Amino acid sequence: MRGTGQPVMIGYYLDLAMRSLKRNKVLTVLMVLAIAVGIGTSMTTLTVMHVLSGDPIPQKSADLFRVGLNVFPDDNFRPGEEVPDNLTRRDAEALLRDARADRQAMMSAGTMVVTPAQGDPLSLESRYTTADFFTMFAVPFRFGRAWDRGDDGSHARVAVISAALNDQLFGGRDSTGSMLQVGSQSLRIVGVLGDWSMNPRFYDLSNGRFGDSEQVFVPLATALDLHLATSGTMNCWGNNSDEHAADAPCLWLQYWAELDAPSTRVAYRQYLHNYMAQQQQAGRFTHPGQIRLLDVMQWLDAKGVVPSDVRLQVWLALGFLGICLLNTVGLLLAKFLRRSGEISVRRALGASRRAIFMQCLVEAGVVGLAGGVCGLALAGLGLVLVRHQPTDYAGLIRMDPSMLLATFVLALLSSLLAGLLPAWRAMHVAPAVALKSN
Amino acid sequence: MHLRHILRALGRHRIAVGLLVLEIAFSCAVVCNALFLIGTRLERMQRPTGVDEMHVVEVGVRSVTPGTPEATMAQTRTDLARLRALPGVSDAVVANPTLFGDSVSFSSVRLRDDAKAPSLPVAQYFGGAPLARTLGLKLASGRWFRPDEFVGYDALQNDTSAVPVIISRALARHLFPGQDAAGQTIYAFGTNRVVGVVDRLVQPMDYGAAGGYDYAMMFPVDLPYSRGTYLMRVDDPARRQAVIGQALQALKANGPLRLIAPRYATTLEAARAKYYRNDRAMAWLLVGVSLLLLLVTALGIVGLSSFWVGQRRRQIGIRRAIGASRADIRRYFQAENFLIATGGIALGMALAYGINLVLMRHYELGRLPGYYLPIGSVALWVLGQLAVLGPALRAAAVPPVVATRAA
Repeated sequence: MRGTGQPVMIGYYLDLAMRSLKRNKVLTVLMVLAIAVGIGTSMTTLTVMHVLSGDPIPQKSADLFRVGLNVFPDDNFRPGEEVPDNLTRRDAEALLRDARADRQAMMSAGTMVVTPAQGDPLSLESRYTTADFFTMFAVPFRFGRAWDRGDDGSHARVAVISAALNDQLFGGRDSTGSMLQVGSQSLRIVGVLGDWSMNPRFYDLSNGRFGDSEQVFVPLATALDLHLATSGTMNCWGNNSDEHAADAPCLWLQYWAELDAPSTRVAYRQYLHNYMAQQQQAGRFTHPGQIRLLDVMQWLDAKGVVPSDVRLQVWLALGFLGICLLNTVGLLLAKFLRRSGEISVRRALGASRRAIFMQCLVEAGVVGLAGGVCGLALAGLGLVLVRHQPTDYAGLIRMDPSMLLATFVLALLSSLLAGLLPAWRAMHVAPAVALKSN
Repeated sequence: MHLRHILRALGRHRIAVGLLVLEIAFSCAVVCNALFLIGTRLERMQRPTGVDEMHVVEVGVRSVTPGTPEATMAQTRTDLARLRALPGVSDAVVANPTLFGDSVSFSSVRLRDDAKAPSLPVAQYFGGAPLARTLGLKLASGRWFRPDEFVGYDALQNDTSAVPVIISRALARHLFPGQDAAGQTIYAFGTNRVVGVVDRLVQPMDYGAAGGYDYAMMFPVDLPYSRGTYLMRVDDPARRQAVIGQALQALKANGPLRLIAPRYATTLEAARAKYYRNDRAMAWLLVGVSLLLLLVTALGIVGLSSFWVGQRRRQIGIRRAIGASRADIRRYFQAENFLIATGGIALGMALAYGINLVLMRHYELGRLPGYYLPIGSVALWVLGQLAVLGPALRAAAVPPVVATRAA
């Protein structure tokens, strides 16, 4: 019997499995439901985790580095404390002037109030940055272009706006050359972005980690001239009336460097060490100073960008799946051993232990696949619920093909795992004893 | 009927019994921890702020064309006069930051005038004279600020001579254990004398270590509207929405074109609900998962018990034939389930504490309190008994005549 070819036998086992499952509908439904609920919750939470821990800029994430410097004066220096995320304006401008990276940009988030030609004034999320920002982060343009380094130097009154704002204010037409009224000043629109959203918004995690990209981009020098409001963390030591002043002892600017080759990374690290040594010699501090250079994924990891609640939910769901599987093991065991008589007849007629084992596993697998299909439906329902949650990432959560495949693999694997022990017990049903007791 | 007999019978189904014990144990462990997490979330959501939240509304206003500081301050004064004149509004003030808002600012507080002295970052509030009245804060000791103590925002930053400060009682206890903090001096913005201690004042939003949530201080600063938010005290909570509408109208009618819109106005009650929405969602999710988990466990018990009843029909028939009553049979299955549940609960409690230890290491979570043990045990015993009732009744219904038939 063993040698007659597996495909035929699998077909036969499938037939047996279907008959057996139909014979005891309630038990079958219970098992399928238990697996479905376990798979559904696990896949819902794993999908959230998968989306949130994804790489926001896969083509460049290894080349982009967040720069951190510990320039605290000795009084504020705590040995062993982490290097601050942000730079002072003095240091950011010095690094930008030296321009030792392939590209570099300093930036801050803000909000600005714009008065449209018609209608009420609008408060817009904005980013104040320098010219390289757009190339570094591969920002697509629908119309026009970014400003250039010359515009940074001349504090040009220019702005780049998002596609959404362009739709809202200009009905989607090419608005380059139009003016954006900001208080008594006006900014000339030089570019309109294409569809661009970074989730998580890795370049600045201090102002809402998920959500759309900013609506307006303005040269940092221009924003400072216009006294536009900044937002984000502002960490100052000493009293000072203007936190944004060129020499203010305040950490508030994010600084990113693009380093395309391993050799430039080594050189840039050395450059930062040299810079810190110079600062120390200039008498800003006596401690050795520290630098921190993290690429995008290291940076996201360091900032713990996946909310701890999401991690907790994943563990909860996996625990739940485990309990559902224990349940399935118990029910399958009951089911197989209840058929001891039938099994012993098959054994007496010559079925090998392996054949019995396979037959039981096929039945478990069928239950698992059915559970997977129902689980997928439940996961779909779960994701709809997640999207209606009040979290800032709710809108991003989608199931992709890889998670779809993972659902079935998880369902099949877990049901086969659940079937192992019952099938093992079933194949040890001795033909003679079971027949005798009948 | 003896437990010994039941135990011996269970010994014949070691694997199935073991599985059921494990399932109950894991359910028990997960449900205990989930209940504990729900409890901590509810506790967090109910933390008092010291503010009379039901009577406070806030309206944010932004300028379109920034004016001189003097002009903005003058505008602020007329705005406040209009807001106080609204029916049902007993006070209005500009404050920064707002409770449950999206910003928080800290200053390092030292007990000595020495930059090298140890410092504690403390959340700070700036606001005009009616701030304490508007928020309904309660004074624990000392006094409120005097009218002549209020300074402008720039004076606070530049003139570091002696702005007084009022601190929360928790901060007072931390900084000056066993003493009255009123009359003491702290160093935050220059030299700051503590003139008063309020019963409770908290960080506008959670930031930093959880233990510092109720460390806060307030400084007497007359802010222009561009540096803060208008807060109003509404006598009748039912009138809050109406007051917001009237306030928006009054502000729009007063002064130049500004950014004034309903989306920047809210009741403090709504702000609290929004602030804690993630916690509420998580608590509901934990409730849902716990219920599903208990359901799955119950179904597992029903399934296995039914199987055992089916398997033992003949034995049941024999016991009935030699004199056992229906109640005896039912009680047998109930006792059997009780034993299995007890095993599961015992193992589950150990697991629950294990999971709790892991959670404590990775999340800001306390030790699982002892009273979750009896709650969890009773819940699972009841669940087990409910689940086994159906199969046990079916077993009791097996007629004695079955004994005479072949199975």
